[in-house]
Amino acid sequence: MDKNFLNDFPILHSKMNGHPIAYLDNSATTQKPESVVRSICGYYGGCNANPHRGVYELSVRATKIYEDTRRKVAKFLNAKSAREIIFTKNATESLNLVAYSYGLTNLKAGDEILITIAEHHSNLVPWQRVARATGAKLNYIYLTADGNFSQEDIDKKLSKRTKILAVTQISNVLGLVNDIKKLSAQAHEVGAVIVVDGAQSVPHIPVDVQNLDADFLAFSGHKMLSPMGIGVLYGKKKILEEMPPFLSGGDMIEYVEEQETTFAELPQKFEAGTQNVGGAAGLSAAIDYLQKIGFEEIERIEKDLTTFAISELKKIPYVELYGCDAENKIGIVTFNIKDVHPHDVATILDAEGVAIRAGHHCAQPLMKFLNQNSTCRASFYFYNTRRDVERLIEAIQKVRAIMRLE
Amino acid sequence: MLENIYTELIAEHSQSKENRRRLEHATIKERGHNPSCGDEIILELEISDGVIKDAAFNGTGCAISQASTDMMIDLMRGKKIDEAKKLAELFIDMIHGDVTDDAELEELDEAAALKNISLMPARVKCATLAWHTLDTAIKKG
Repeated sequence: MDKNFLNDFPILHSKMNGHPIAYLDNSATTQKPESVVRSICGYYGGCNANPHRGVYELSVRATKIYEDTRRKVAKFLNAKSAREIIFTKNATESLNLVAYSYGLTNLKAGDEILITIAEHHSNLVPWQRVARATGAKLNYIYLTADGNFSQEDIDKKLSKRTKILAVTQISNVLGLVNDIKKLSAQAHEVGAVIVVDGAQSVPHIPVDVQNLDADFLAFSGHKMLSPMGIGVLYGKKKILEEMPPFLSGGDMIEYVEEQETTFAELPQKFEAGTQNVGGAAGLSAAIDYLQKIGFEEIERIEKDLTTFAISELKKIPYVELYGCDAENKIGIVTFNIKDVHPHDVATILDAEGVAIRAGHHCAQPLMKFLNQNSTCRASFYFYNTRRDVERLIEAIQKVRAIMRLE
Repeated sequence: MLENIYTELIAEHSQSKENRRRLEHATIKERGHNPSCGDEIILELEISDGVIKDAAFNGTGCAISQASTDMMIDLMRGKKIDEAKKLAELFIDMIHGDVTDDAELEELDEAAALKNISLMPARVKCATLAWHTLDTAIKKG
């Protein structure tokens, strides 16, 4: 495969404030290769019809694209069956589905939900609401000084009362990779289910749901080359079958009478209304693209960029890094510049054509725990280059002068 | 572009300590917050006979949000409430690019220096935080 991925991403050849774009906000969303854009155009240009309903050929074509993608995703995650793959809008909707359908049904006062302090708001706020509605208690696993989850906390807080352990596989702020296999074994030992937020992991590392023994796993397409508006929830069939529907309406029913409805089988039970077939077409092309490169290569490139960035940033005395000494880490580098607010940093970097994220990264409790109001975050994908990192460093070196601090 | 934003004046106001304090006789206290970026201020006003006798704030945030708050307090001290309300509206209109005439903006005094923020949509919320907070505070008061 051509190693120069940039040729596949026309947007990365465009300019931002007169400079070539160094796009370092991949944890927020990734850019889309031409093959993905083409597949979406191809769907709307030649296959668009409402899937599952029409008997005419066009509708059959749309249905095939949608269901073929489901099978492809099942294979991609090594799920046992395509019926364990539910399409959603994004990871947030997937996690809400689990919280409302599984959480509200199975929890009662006295039960406990255990999550980590590093969760994105999407794997935190729904659990707060479930806890409030059911009277269950929401507990937190905190971090040790090196940024890893405290095993002591896990051992102490995971008990027979714990019904749900919800945890991110990779933190969107610190980039640390968590040992999900170990956590799911521990959760199952006490009879809890484990809900895995895979939004930052599925795009970057191979994820095998059977090997992890995850009960649920959520991810977003748009963080892995696909269009926005298509996401996935994986769930073990046995658990999904017993859950009530989340949204209700068309296509998720079997028979509807005036006062009663019986619901469709999996996965349709959880897919009410007309679905995002164009998004599924894009997701399918994205998976093809990623598999052509291979995760080994993706990890190698991202590791190189991350190591390079951290070593260069460490040379700058006024840069403070967070969670950057951990071994098991993917391409996310979180930092602050002394005496400069992250928003000012991001504006100055923007003027140099460097796109980073500044703020609390949808993880306010973690920011509080780190004692930071907000931080700067540079996040990489395989199409980034060492030149992008150099541009980041060069721009950072201008910040304090522009802020009149030197 | 950047030199029009991060000016000496903004640097001075963002680092100034003069208005960063607690008011002993505050009559209104209002918290302003930009949830997306974490800028946060607590604005205190001492109002009597319909006049802002004194104002002060505490907070954390980017240089633009903090400088803007500091400038606003300088401007509002001694102003009548309805006058203050009008000035806050004028400032917000300026930042949204709805008022561009420099003569009209003279009333804003030093705060008119933030006019160029209207060219940076991503930073509009930083500049207007204090002024929206003031508006809310006055409405409540």
